[in-house]
Amino acid sequence: MAVKTYQAGVKDYRETYWMPEYKLKDTDFLACFKITPQAGVPREEAAAAVAAESSTGTWTTVWTDLLTDLDYYKGRAYAIEDVPGDDEAFYAFIAYPIDLFEEGSVVNVLTSLVGNVFGFKAVRALRLEDVRIPLAYVMTCNGPPHGIQVERDKMNKYGRPLLGCTIKPKLGLSAKNYGRACYEGLRGGLDFTKDDENVNSQPFMRWRQRFDFVMEAIHKAEAETGERKGHYLNVTAPTPEEMYKRAEYAKELGAPIIMHDYLTGGFTANTGLAQWCRDNGMLLHIHRAMHAVLDRNPRHGIHFRVLTKMLRLSGGDHLHSGTVVGKLEGDRDATLGWIDLMRDSFVKEDRSRGIMFDQDWGSMPGVLPVASGGIHVWHMPALVNIFGDDSVLQFGGGTLGHPWGNAAGAAANRVAVEACVEARNQGRALEKEGKDILTTAAESSPELKIAMETWKEIKFEFDTVDKLDVAHK
Amino acid sequence: MSEMQDYPSSLSDVSSRKFETFSYLPEMDADRIRKQVEYIVSRGWNPAVEHTEPESAFDHYWYMWKLPLFGETDVDRILGEAEACHKAHPNNHVRLVGYDNFAQSKGAEMVIFRGKPV
Repeated sequence: MAVKTYQAGVKDYRETYWMPEYKLKDTDFLACFKITPQAGVPREEAAAAVAAESSTGTWTTVWTDLLTDLDYYKGRAYAIEDVPGDDEAFYAFIAYPIDLFEEGSVVNVLTSLVGNVFGFKAVRALRLEDVRIPLAYVMTCNGPPHGIQVERDKMNKYGRPLLGCTIKPKLGLSAKNYGRACYEGLRGGLDFTKDDENVNSQPFMRWRQRFDFVMEAIHKAEAETGERKGHYLNVTAPTPEEMYKRAEYAKELGAPIIMHDYLTGGFTANTGLAQWCRDNGMLLHIHRAMHAVLDRNPRHGIHFRVLTKMLRLSGGDHLHSGTVVGKLEGDRDATLGWIDLMRDSFVKEDRSRGIMFDQDWGSMPGVLPVASGGIHVWHMPALVNIFGDDSVLQFGGGTLGHPWGNAAGAAANRVAVEACVEARNQGRALEKEGKDILTTAAESSPELKIAMETWKEIKFEFDTVDKLDVAHK
Repeated sequence: MSEMQDYPSSLSDVSSRKFETFSYLPEMDADRIRKQVEYIVSRGWNPAVEHTEPESAFDHYWYMWKLPLFGETDVDRILGEAEACHKAHPNNHVRLVGYDNFAQSKGAEMVIFRGKPV
């Protein structure tokens, strides 16, 4: 091996970090960044700079570099591609050796991949589009506490999407009135009700009273309907200690599922809570508040498919995925891509869905995608078609806004989802025949009939801001 | 908009008791049952028939009617077993299951003959 000598100074990143000849290893982390460089910075240099700053490099040579084998530890930019439809930005592909990351630590992975490099001056904007997590690393992570199969068995729900409802108004109800709203939804046929993300433990409703009243609602609705029910008790808290206190109490009450906000709560808290959930037999619902801050700008930030992968590693049994058809942002093909990444054990590279790498999850359990936000019975045929059985369809306003109340709203949704599943199993084209299917089902459900009259006109048809990159020429 | 209706469900009204998938739709006739059996067969799942007294429907484990019909693709044979189970236990719920051995789960599960509510 050639002996290296120390030379102070600044050298081009590409001399060290641009390696188009590099042979990828199965154990490498791979990352695809969309780079918008500063004017005049060549692509290779910008790509190499990102590789350097997200791994071993710093802006100048330091003598301590020579005390280790940096060639082993460095990230390598190994390919560059045009971004379809964007003449300024380009994709840079970077490989990182697995030893750069602490085992089982999503926190450590993100601190490197999306750390200081995102403020780096040589790039005008930077977006992490996708990562390939090597299976060897996947195996060091705890992952979802239970996964889809175990959840179905515990809750006894088969052959259809699960139904949920976020309780509204999201803030301001007393615990007892809140429990009433849950009870009404559950007795009407929902599988789950849900705390809204910003329901934590405010002065108008402290967590302990909420947990107590909601559990009574669950027990009574189970006795009344003969079906298993749950409510996502949000344990997101100011400190991990407080979070565990709430989780322990939920377990003591016999709640089947709790909830956490993984981005605002943080990955350290989330990973710990997921582990606790596995140890204690609790399902874990994950909300994604703050994601749009990170993932909505097409040129800067972190794509949601990366946030999805990070959550699957960190752990959660449910994750909000967007609805495609509701009030919130989400391109259809891109959404189909990341719901595959939640559920499947192997996902192939598919540029038409924005998936840049094969991803092997091994035996890591899958996460149920949760479609929530601005959806109602008329969306049901499309939702069942898009999401399939392994999903939670969550109607907030679409349950509670029913003119006859939550129980009727819940029943309308339950009838609609069952009618759509039955029709799909019969081989009917749901999105084409949706109106027919629902109209027929409404003949035996006055609740559904009124729901269809109430929401007929509501539409959300804004174009998405973050589209998949496709050629414009 | 029609007059507001009460939601008729209570602990004392036994007809409030449901039994999961398709229990919010009207009870299936022979034609609808056949189509669901065809679906299970088309997915390559293993059909099975189970039954229970309606008062125990909440339990995870119902009584198996014989063993699951592993590899059975003859829709009439599967329907025949379901009907035989129903005939032997006319007051019980009878459910049709599609075991998905790759997912280690049930791809389908539905009550096709409804028992006498108690």
